[in-house]
Amino acid sequence: MRKISRWFQRNLIRIYAVIAFTYLFIPIAYTFAFSFNDGGKSNLIWKGFTLSNWQNPCGAPEVCTALGNSIKIGFLATTIATILGTMIAFAIGRHNFRGRSTTNLLIFLPMATPEIVLGASLLSLFLVFKINPGFWPTVIAHVMFCISFVVVTVKARIASLDPRLEQAAMDLYANEAETFRRVTLPLVAPGIAGAALLAFSLSFDDFIITNFNSGTMVTFPKFVYVSATRGIPPQANVIGSSMFILAITIVALGQFVGRKRKVS
Amino acid sequence: MSSQKKFGLSTPYLLLLPGMGFLFTFFILPIINLAQTSTQTPVAGGDTGQYEQTLRFQNYIDAFVENKEQFGRSFVYAILATALALAIAYPLAYAIAFKSGKLKNLLLVLVVAPFFTSFLLRTIAWKQILGEQGFVVPTLRSLHLISESTTLTSSAFAVVAGMTYNFLPFMTLPLYASIDRIDPRTLEASGDLYANGFTTFRKVTFPLSLPGVVAGTLLTFIPAAGDYVNAAILGSPQTKMIGNVIDSRFFKIVDYPTASALSFTLMAAILILVTIYIRKAGTEELV
Repeated sequence: MRKISRWFQRNLIRIYAVIAFTYLFIPIAYTFAFSFNDGGKSNLIWKGFTLSNWQNPCGAPEVCTALGNSIKIGFLATTIATILGTMIAFAIGRHNFRGRSTTNLLIFLPMATPEIVLGASLLSLFLVFKINPGFWPTVIAHVMFCISFVVVTVKARIASLDPRLEQAAMDLYANEAETFRRVTLPLVAPGIAGAALLAFSLSFDDFIITNFNSGTMVTFPKFVYVSATRGIPPQANVIGSSMFILAITIVALGQFVGRKRKVS
Repeated sequence: MSSQKKFGLSTPYLLLLPGMGFLFTFFILPIINLAQTSTQTPVAGGDTGQYEQTLRFQNYIDAFVENKEQFGRSFVYAILATALALAIAYPLAYAIAFKSGKLKNLLLVLVVAPFFTSFLLRTIAWKQILGEQGFVVPTLRSLHLISESTTLTSSAFAVVAGMTYNFLPFMTLPLYASIDRIDPRTLEASGDLYANGFTTFRKVTFPLSLPGVVAGTLLTFIPAAGDYVNAAILGSPQTKMIGNVIDSRFFKIVDYPTASALSFTLMAAILILVTIYIRKAGTEELV
């Protein structure tokens, strides 16, 4: 008895971690399980196992249009936000200039503003200029809220660089451009890749800001929200689960490549 | 740095210009425009949705008085969810930082993993798990832990639980980042000086992890205070938050001035709270 209670005490925090992870993964497991449900249009009650949802993920009306829009918006917004954000990160991380603290504040503010305010204010600007909400306004909105996250992520990577590496390149007669291209950029690249991944997942999953600025265009989160009232088709679960598996695979590959590089 | 010498002062400004121009146009201008809209009044005899500037600051007071319940609820729910998330995430982050060994990277990926399934799908999954047709409610009823009429969804409990769940990774990651930076030798030293586990935590671990606590609570509190999705999916008309009001003012009633005044009040309230909080916590290097 004593032994058991001692083991319990020593591993208490590990047991806790297992419980916490279970809590995090319950709804994901549920989503995954119900992607195999033979429930027809409404996916509320378990009716039996089927693979047909996975074989025909576009089976429900609009679900693939919505997914396509989300992916397109995600790619565009990620590309623009990553370029703009990385430039800002280099300016802040590598230069001293007048107005630096104002710049920092302007980067921080969008992250400290609730999404509903960001979405509502941008929509009211579009309305003033008689721009109809839709695809491009949504892309603009996504770039706007992703930039700050890119800046913060890339800036952290730049700050962790050893300045002696660049000095060494210069000592070896590399000029500015060469040093940047062959030393600085490869060193910062993992930070930029991480920032892009973050931007894409923020964009892909965004509902509140999108709902304000997308008009009648459907994105995947909008599709889920709208169909929630009458039951979400199992195809949405298929897409949610596939995104999950895809993302985990990408992260795992990244880890694997990173480890191989370190070894060699 | 030598690059500055070569290009002079202009390099940083050239780098900043496109991004900052973008943020100015699509973040600052909209906020200014929002401020302008908030003091407008309907055009006499105009269509719905037509407003003119009359500098009516009374809009703010009207909007606040009319919706003070929802305002209060938003802040109470957000504070509760933040506190709960901190309580759940702290031991988790501690376990990952100090007790996970080789599994550390894997566990970190698992913390972020929920992000990769749409948060709406997850929230709806909770609704179905805890709903009448899920397995939890019938089980609890058959064990007589809850009465026949008690439901878990459509309640304040469900909304707060949903927010806690959805923002948990935002809390865990910064906590982990700052706990992981603590040198375990400082904890050993504390033990060597006859501090017990609790004292060590109170006087060493927790103060050292404070930057993570501040960052995590902010990343949870800010989106939680403006959230309306959890309240819309897991709540009932009795759990409406200010986000729900702004949303319906904008889309259903086309009452732009009130929606703007409410948005502005929400943003100001959050910024004031956050500033006081950061000052009190004494970690100003966050910005």
